[in-house]
Amino acid sequence: MLDVTLCGVQFQNPLVLASGILGLTGAGMYRVIESGAGAVTMKSVSEQERPGHPNPTMVGNQTYFLNAVGLSNPGIEEAKKEIEHFKQLSHAPLIGSIFAGTRDGFVRLAEHIDEMPIDLLEVNLSCPNVGQEFAEPFAYSKEAVKQITKDIKEKTKKPISIKLSPNVWNIAELAKAAEAAGADAITAVNTVSGMAIDVRARRPILHNTHGGVSGPALFPIALKCVYDMYEAVKIPIIGTGGVTTGEDALAMIMAGATLVGVGSAVYYRGEDCFQKITNEIKDTMNSEGIKNLDEIRGIAHETMNNKQITIR
Amino acid sequence: MRHDSPLMLPIAKVTQENSSVKTFWFDFALQSHPGQFVMLWIPGVDQKPFSIAYDDGRRFGLSIFAVGPHSKKLFDHAVGERVGVTGPYGNPFSVQKNRHYITVAGGYGAGPLGFLAERLEETCSTVDFCIGARTSDLLLFEKLAKKLSHVTVHVATDDGSRGHHGYVTDIVRELLEKKNKQKKDTILSACGPELMEKAVLNLANEFNVDCDISIERYMKCGVGICGQCCVDDSGIRLCTEGPVVNRKTANTIVEFGKYHRDKTGKKIDY
Ligand SMILES: Cc1cc2nc3c(=O)[nH]c(=O)nc-3n(C[C@H](O)[C@H](O)[C@H](O)COP(=O)(O)OP(=O)(O)OC[C@H]3O[C@@H](n4cnc5c(N)ncnc54)[C@H](O)[C@@H]3O)c2cc1C
Ligand SMILES: Cc1cc2nc3c(=O)[nH]c(=O)nc-3n(C[C@H](O)[C@H](O)[C@H](O)COP(=O)(O)O)c2cc1C
Repeated sequence: MLDVTLCGVQFQNPLVLASGILGLTGAGMYRVIESGAGAVTMKSVSEQERPGHPNPTMVGNQTYFLNAVGLSNPGIEEAKKEIEHFKQLSHAPLIGSIFAGTRDGFVRLAEHIDEMPIDLLEVNLSCPNVGQEFAEPFAYSKEAVKQITKDIKEKTKKPISIKLSPNVWNIAELAKAAEAAGADAITAVNTVSGMAIDVRARRPILHNTHGGVSGPALFPIALKCVYDMYEAVKIPIIGTGGVTTGEDALAMIMAGATLVGVGSAVYYRGEDCFQKITNEIKDTMNSEGIKNLDEIRGIAHETMNNKQITIR
Repeated sequence: MRHDSPLMLPIAKVTQENSSVKTFWFDFALQSHPGQFVMLWIPGVDQKPFSIAYDDGRRFGLSIFAVGPHSKKLFDHAVGERVGVTGPYGNPFSVQKNRHYITVAGGYGAGPLGFLAERLEETCSTVDFCIGARTSDLLLFEKLAKKLSHVTVHVATDDGSRGHHGYVTDIVRELLEKKNKQKKDTILSACGPELMEKAVLNLANEFNVDCDISIERYMKCGVGICGQCCVDDSGIRLCTEGPVVNRKTANTIVEFGKYHRDKTGKKIDY
C-alpha cells in the first residue's frame, strides 16, 4: 500500500529521514529504520572533519525548530565506517549526503563516495559555506546548480538528488537547471533562513546569530516549493520540510512528492514519529478509499486544472 | 515540565564543595528527578550538559568541575549574574521502594547520586553510599550523605589519604559478597568515570543484581534530534533514552568502556 520506487530503488514506505537529524552514526540511522522510516539520509559530510559551531546550535518550540549546527561531521573517511556499519545492521536504502565549499570539492567527494554502499547520493547545495567561484550561494545560482550537477554526474554511477534551498523566488527554475544537467531527483527543501532573540538575554539564542528554520513553520513554504517544482520538472521529488503528521505527508504527495523527508518531527513527536506518521497515512488512505500512493501523487494539480473532478 | 526555551536564571548562591568543585544554585522549581541534566548556556561562550545535584522542589543546584573553557567561564560568574537553563532532560535513576541501593560515585557523579539518596529517604529503601576519588580533598557529598539515617557511607581514595586505599569498586565487591542484612533485593546505581562504571556493570552481571548507570556522551541538542550521543550498536540516544540506562540496556552498548565520539562524530578510544 505504501511502497514506492524512486530512481530504481525500492522503499517500503515514503518516509525518509532528512539529512542532519540522527544521521551521524550507522547505529543511530539503524534505529530510525527500526522506528518505521522507509529510508535514511546520513548527515552531510565534507572532505575534512568539522567541529561545527559552539552551542546553542539548536532551539525548538511548538511552532518552529531553528538550527545552526555548522555542518559538523567527522569527514568522509570516518563517515565511510558509519555507512558500512549501517549496511551491516540494515537492508533499508541509505541516501548519502555531501557538501563542499567549491565545485572541485564536490567532485572529489562524489568520486570518493561513489565506492561506498549508498543507494542514492544527495548533493547539499544549500550550504552556507560557499567558495568564491560563484557570485551567489550555490543553491541560489542556476549556473552553479547546472555546473555542479554535471560535474558530479560524470564522477558517479549512483543516482543523484540535488538538495535545494527555499530561500529563493525561483526554486522551479533551479530544479529545471538541475534536471537539464542530469540530476535524477530533487530534494527540497532545506531550512529557511531565520533567527531567534532571547528577550531576557537581550541577544540571539544561536551562537551563530542566525540559522535555518524547520518544523511546522516551514511546512506551507515547503509545500508550495514542491507544488511549483512538480509543474516544472519530470524527475521525482523528495518533498521535505515541516512534515509532522500523516496529513502533512499526504499533502506533500498530492503536491507531487515521490518520497517525503522527515526531520524535525523527531523533536515534535519522538523517534517513533515515523511509525506514527505511516499509521496516520494508512488510516487516511483507508477512510478516503486511496489504494496506493501513485493514485494521488500530484493530484492537487489535476483538481486545479480539471474543474470536472468531483469529490464524493 | 521541560523548558526548551532558555530560562534566564540568576545565580542565587555559589558554594564550594571541595578543592575543585563548586555548586551553583538557582531559585527555581525545576521539578527534576535524580540523574536528569540541564543544558547550561553562557551567552557568547557555549551551552553544555550538567547533571542536577540538588533539587528540593524550590531550588536546584549544579555541582561543577572547572575543566575547560565553558566550566571555567562559569566559575568566573558572580552571584546575581544570569545564565540560560534548558531542561530538565533525560531518563533518571529509578527510585524504588524497599530495595537496598549500593550507589557508586566517582568525581562529580556523587552529585546525582547524593540527590538520589535524598529521594530514597521516603521509600523505605536503604543505601550503601560509596564514593571514590583520587585523594581525600576531591571527595564529594560525604558529609551530606552521612546526615541521612537510611544511608551508610563508604569512602575510597587512590592514594589512601582517606578510607579504603584503592578503588571504590573494591568496596562494592565486598558489599555484594556480604549481602545486605535487610535481605532486600540489591540495586547498583553508578555515576562517574566510564571505566569505573564499566567495572560496576561487570559486578552487576557477575552477582546478577539490577543496575542503573549514568553514561555520558558528547551532547549538543539534549532533545534527541542531533544524533551526536547515539551509541553503538543499538543507536539509542543517551540524552533521551539515557543518560541513565539499566543493566540490560548497558549490556547492549558495545562501545561502553571502549570508545566515545567527539564533537565532530569521530571515535576516540578510552
Ligand atoms: C549527561 C551529562 C551530565 C554531566 N554532568 C556534569 C556535572 O554534573 N558536573 C560537571 O562538572 N560536568 C558534568 N558533565 C560534563 C560537562 O558537560 C563537561 O565537563 C563540560 O561540557 C566541559 O566543557 P568545558 O568547555 O569546560 O571543557 P572542554 O575542554 O570543552 O571539555 C572537557 C571534557 O568534557 C567533555 N565535554 C565537553 N563538552 C561536552 C558536551 N557538550 N557534552 C558532553 N561532554 C562534553 C569533553 O569530552 C572533555 O572530556 C556532564 C556531561 C553529561 C553528558
Ligand atoms: C539539526 C538539523 C541539522 C540539519 N543538517 C543538515 C545537513 O547536514 N544537510 C542537509 O542537507 N540538511 C540538513 N538539515 C535540513 C533537513 O535535512 C531538512 O531539509 C529540514 O530540516 C526541513 O525538514 P524538517 O522540517 O522535517 O526538519 C538539518 C536540519 C536540522 C533541524
